[in-house]
Amino acid sequence: MSTTDVVVTGLGATTPVGEDVATTWSALLSGRSGIREIDADWAEELPVKIAGLAAQEPSERLERHRLRRLDRTQQFALIAAHEAWSDAGTPDVEPTRLGVVVSSGIGGILTTLDQYDIFREKGWRRVSPFTVPMLMPNSASGAVALEFTARAGAHAPVSACASGNEAIGNAIEMIRSGRADIVIAGGTEAAIHPLNIAAFASMRALSTRNDSPQTASRPWDTDRDGFVMGEGAGILVLESAEHAAARGARVYAVAAGKGYSDDAHDLVAPDPDGQVAAINAALADAEMTPADVAHINAHATSTPMGDVGETVAIRRALGDAATDNVAVTSTKSMTGHLLGGAGAVEAIATILTLHEGRIPPTINVETLDPEVVVDIVRDKARDLPASAVGALNQSFGFGGHNVAVAFRRH
Amino acid sequence: MALPEQEILKGLGEIVDEIAGVPAADVTPEKSFVDDLDIDSLAMVEIAVAAQDKFDVEIPDEQLKDLKTVQDVITFIQK
Repeated sequence: MSTTDVVVTGLGATTPVGEDVATTWSALLSGRSGIREIDADWAEELPVKIAGLAAQEPSERLERHRLRRLDRTQQFALIAAHEAWSDAGTPDVEPTRLGVVVSSGIGGILTTLDQYDIFREKGWRRVSPFTVPMLMPNSASGAVALEFTARAGAHAPVSACASGNEAIGNAIEMIRSGRADIVIAGGTEAAIHPLNIAAFASMRALSTRNDSPQTASRPWDTDRDGFVMGEGAGILVLESAEHAAARGARVYAVAAGKGYSDDAHDLVAPDPDGQVAAINAALADAEMTPADVAHINAHATSTPMGDVGETVAIRRALGDAATDNVAVTSTKSMTGHLLGGAGAVEAIATILTLHEGRIPPTINVETLDPEVVVDIVRDKARDLPASAVGALNQSFGFGGHNVAVAFRRH
Repeated sequence: MALPEQEILKGLGEIVDEIAGVPAADVTPEKSFVDDLDIDSLAMVEIAVAAQDKFDVEIPDEQLKDLKTVQDVITFIQK
């Protein structure tokens, strides 16, 4: 192992299926959906009345005065970051050697919209002085840096639904380049609001299976009809292997490499060619071959268009021989789509799959789309082969953003 | 007629607790908002807005920077 290897030493999450990593992982392995009915009057007038709401309200974890000056995206990020930091053993690190890369796809949009309502109804004087630091897309990154006194730099790459995964990729680069010994990295999102539901619904991107929330997210099933919005955050503690070894840290996996590309083809319709490029770039960066990939946590959101194209890209990138030995799953079947938080929560699932040797299932695949050309883990969790070397976490975002991150067993 | 000092102090304590999480009991007249109660500039703006509502007074922006201690605010509201 070279000194520039990056390892994962801490995990934290708050998701629609669990209040932390342990409960989230257990729900994913047991195939439990976190999608439920939206219990708000505004849902009545919308075509979509279901979402992956956080399993635990941040108000149960953060003090009242902090809640009022932190957007919900920041609240999720701080809760997950505290768990990850504690899980990493609260490392002793120089503030100038500690970095942050925490992304959100949309930023503090609940604050933006709520404060606009206040502005319209009560005038400018009633607009909270905290509005700007709550709504800016880097708000969670800044809040995490402040909370953990991270002075090596705090970044927030914004690439829609690839944001959380891009944050992890950028954190790997930050450590490799010597700018930090430890980076707190991940993604967060809190965008369940009538305007966002209406906007995605007007694109016909969301499932309208309102009468059966738990079966609404069904990647690769012939009856999939769109994704389900989720909320929450996933945060990782990434560390140089040298630093982790020096303090005797427990290591979950090696964050071996990242690959980025952009389709430059259509703002919203994915292009398998772009995805192939990102997968190949991640493998090259990780110095892994297709045969080293035993598992992929797919982006697969449950839209009619996106899911199958991703399986085509996987086969094209890895080749037939390697693809036949890859077990592919979509944990979005249970969590819904956490937008900017998705890539980070799915990275945690990918890492735990390598670490624990269990692959969570894709639930709700009653009839597999005949065009799917990879081995989907359906119905029940499956053992990861003991010989497995590595896994990929894939995320794709509007704007044509493609990000793949490769993890290797430690 | 000016409000009694104790009533204003109690009201301010509730506001500071709600907005900044500082226990109301710590909000005593001699305390400086910034140096003693560790309240930042944004929270101070929010406290001023809440105080205006609660005590039905107008605190002009240019006055806000002169209100450094809890006693300063009490005195301002009494006037």
